Amino acid sequence: MAKGDRGTTTRGRQTTARPRGPKAAGGNEPELVQLLTPEGERVEKVTGPDGTEYTVDFTDEEYRGLYRDLVIVRKLDAEATALQRQGELGIWASLLGQEAAQVGSGRALRPQDMAFPTYREHGVLYCRGIDPIMPLGLFRGVDQGGWDPNEFKFNMYTIVIGAQTLHATGYAMGVTMDGKTGGDDGEAVIAYFGDGATSQGDVNEAFVWAGVFNAPMVFFCQNNQYAISEPLERQTRIPLYQRAAGFGFPGIRVDGNDVLATYAVTRAALDSARHGQGPTLIEAYTYRMGAHTTSDDPTRYRIASEVEAWQAKDPIARVRAFIEKQQIADADFFAEIDEQARREAVDLRERVLAMPDPQPDTLFDHVYPNGSPLLDAQRDQFSRYLESFEGSAH
Amino acid sequence: MATETLTLGKALNTGLRRALENDPKVVIMGEDVGKLGGVFRITDGLQKDFGENRVIDTPLAESGIIGTAVGLAIRGYRPVCEIQFDGFVYPAYDQIVSQVAKMHYRSRGKVKLPIVIRIPFGGGIGAVEHHSESPEAYFAHTAGLKVVSCASPQDAYWMIQQAIASDDPIVFMEPKRRYWEKGPVELDAPLTGAYPLHSARVVRPGSDATVLAYGPMVRTALDAATAAAEDGRDLEVIDLRSLSPLDLGVVYESVRRTGRCVVVHEAPSNLGLGAEVAARITEECFYSLESPVLRVTGFDTPYPAARLEEEYLPDLDRVLDAVDRAFGW
Ligand SMILES: Cc1ncc(C[n+]2csc(CCOP(=O)(O)OP(=O)(O)O)c2C)c(N)n1
Ligand SMILES: [Mg+2]
Repeated sequence: MAKGDRGTTTRGRQTTARPRGPKAAGGNEPELVQLLTPEGERVEKVTGPDGTEYTVDFTDEEYRGLYRDLVIVRKLDAEATALQRQGELGIWASLLGQEAAQVGSGRALRPQDMAFPTYREHGVLYCRGIDPIMPLGLFRGVDQGGWDPNEFKFNMYTIVIGAQTLHATGYAMGVTMDGKTGGDDGEAVIAYFGDGATSQGDVNEAFVWAGVFNAPMVFFCQNNQYAISEPLERQTRIPLYQRAAGFGFPGIRVDGNDVLATYAVTRAALDSARHGQGPTLIEAYTYRMGAHTTSDDPTRYRIASEVEAWQAKDPIARVRAFIEKQQIADADFFAEIDEQARREAVDLRERVLAMPDPQPDTLFDHVYPNGSPLLDAQRDQFSRYLESFEGSAH
Repeated sequence: MATETLTLGKALNTGLRRALENDPKVVIMGEDVGKLGGVFRITDGLQKDFGENRVIDTPLAESGIIGTAVGLAIRGYRPVCEIQFDGFVYPAYDQIVSQVAKMHYRSRGKVKLPIVIRIPFGGGIGAVEHHSESPEAYFAHTAGLKVVSCASPQDAYWMIQQAIASDDPIVFMEPKRRYWEKGPVELDAPLTGAYPLHSARVVRPGSDATVLAYGPMVRTALDAATAAAEDGRDLEVIDLRSLSPLDLGVVYESVRRTGRCVVVHEAPSNLGLGAEVAARITEECFYSLESPVLRVTGFDTPYPAARLEEEYLPDLDRVLDAVDRAFGW
């Protein structure tokens, strides 16, 4: 299956007034788009508040492919956590629990689309066909990213909360200025961010700009219910997707633990953007099953029963249940996927361990495209200083 | 008098607790300061004991933290804001520089903003980018702000309380890599008797050269002095403590005796605190100097990846190297 071009989604072309969102039914939690229940039952299609129909029409092979993605992404994440525990990474931000949100949205991207991640989008990165080793230098402390966003259509990780949403918006403005919207081959841009990030000025400014300039943007918010220790109520009084209305573009909540629904909703929003119909805010409703990062201790701020309740909505178990019910794979298939995941994890581990430490004087590299005499002098002085230890006990 | 051995982090926590007890107008606000007790646990247990109105978990927006603190201060509160890491203060920079710093001046003294902005700063903990920076010069450069940094548990305990009690807006730089270092803390003396907030202090007397440092580099300077003593060199170490205003009287006195001075900080050298200190020492002590004032600092690069930080950060060897150069002049 071609990467980034899986299945289909139908979406009624939007010609009517746009801003609105699913209404909270009778004061209850607002509805979310779901195409696969936690029990693995397939929902045929869901009609969004604007009449958009969300569905997927995957082949058996494509369903199996999504399952493979989910399992491998989780396994690589677990391996990175283990590497951190063993001192091989300085820190790790696990995506555990958010696999469907990332695989669903990641697979919805078309090759020409551009992604702006936070620090947790390892699953999206994987679905872009990028070597999972690429972000590990940042977490190991040997580099700060170091890759070319344009080469991979995937920007460097951004740790400063929310900053990338503005970058994404500016990039999307450039897409419009270049005349690259309006057809099926148009370009769309996706910005990832968390529930906590929605409080930042930058993110709200990005909403304003994207709206004003009708930027071909998808704001993809993974609402994993926490910003480190702070629960969602510390960031908002209304469901996050409803914020979009105030900025003049549609917002929609999707079951972020449902890879099919996430795929369908993201695909539709990206296609809307690439056709020149402007931004969409997607709130992928999910849960951070692990700690914020390996430095965090979630037992200080949340109770085990809450985690257990979300365990029952596991994004991978439901796909497996569906596949089993449909009898589109046998036991050998699941065993083979586990084995493939294991092999990829071992391979990742070996390559992490082999990552060289940077040479001391590389810290002076790349500060400016045109260099600086001040830095040249400091580098020389530093080299002489290091040489002064040569032959000594140091 | 009760003297206890505390970590620097626990000393801050205890000082904050005292401040909350002593003045009902003191409120703590920041990201994760409540149940979690802050990512460094500096506010551990405070929300439990003082409630959610006194220890406020804020939305994730630094500009919001400082901007609302301004309003609370106008209303008579004394906000103590925690910025989670040095590299995350910049979204609040506009509020700090354009609003917090200037309101007393603009109101011709009618508006006081007794806000304390706590920033864990500096490197040495193996963190990813944006978690190891030293932004103190940006604030010290801004009229209307005061900037201090503690280096020992004793100072942490007193200085945080003094900063909160002061009517000046104060940026309070906490040496995060020293949070776990222990020292004696005298807990009961009255605040009024504490060593003044904006005074430098000799932390190791010596006669051969003067080493100036603040925050995390004070320990480094003291270690260098211990090592130098083995080579027969007697270094005087001064903890600047107050970065704005600088208190250089004790420094001038020292440099006039020793004739040599080395300034140490983690922040880059270009237009850093060391530049100001060196200029003033040169102006005041020119005829006593045996060598130029030398700086040992981070390089003028972004803070590098963790596996390069040992190269970036001033350490004992680099301090001693500078001392050698001062003697070889
Ligand atoms: C500007 C800024 N402030 C604070 C932080 C520290 N910090 C890192 S992650 C985080 C919480 C982010 O929560 P959310 O946006 O929900 O994303 P999640 O980590 O849950 O994926 C905070 C406060 C930061 N990285 N940047
Ligand atoms: Mg979150």
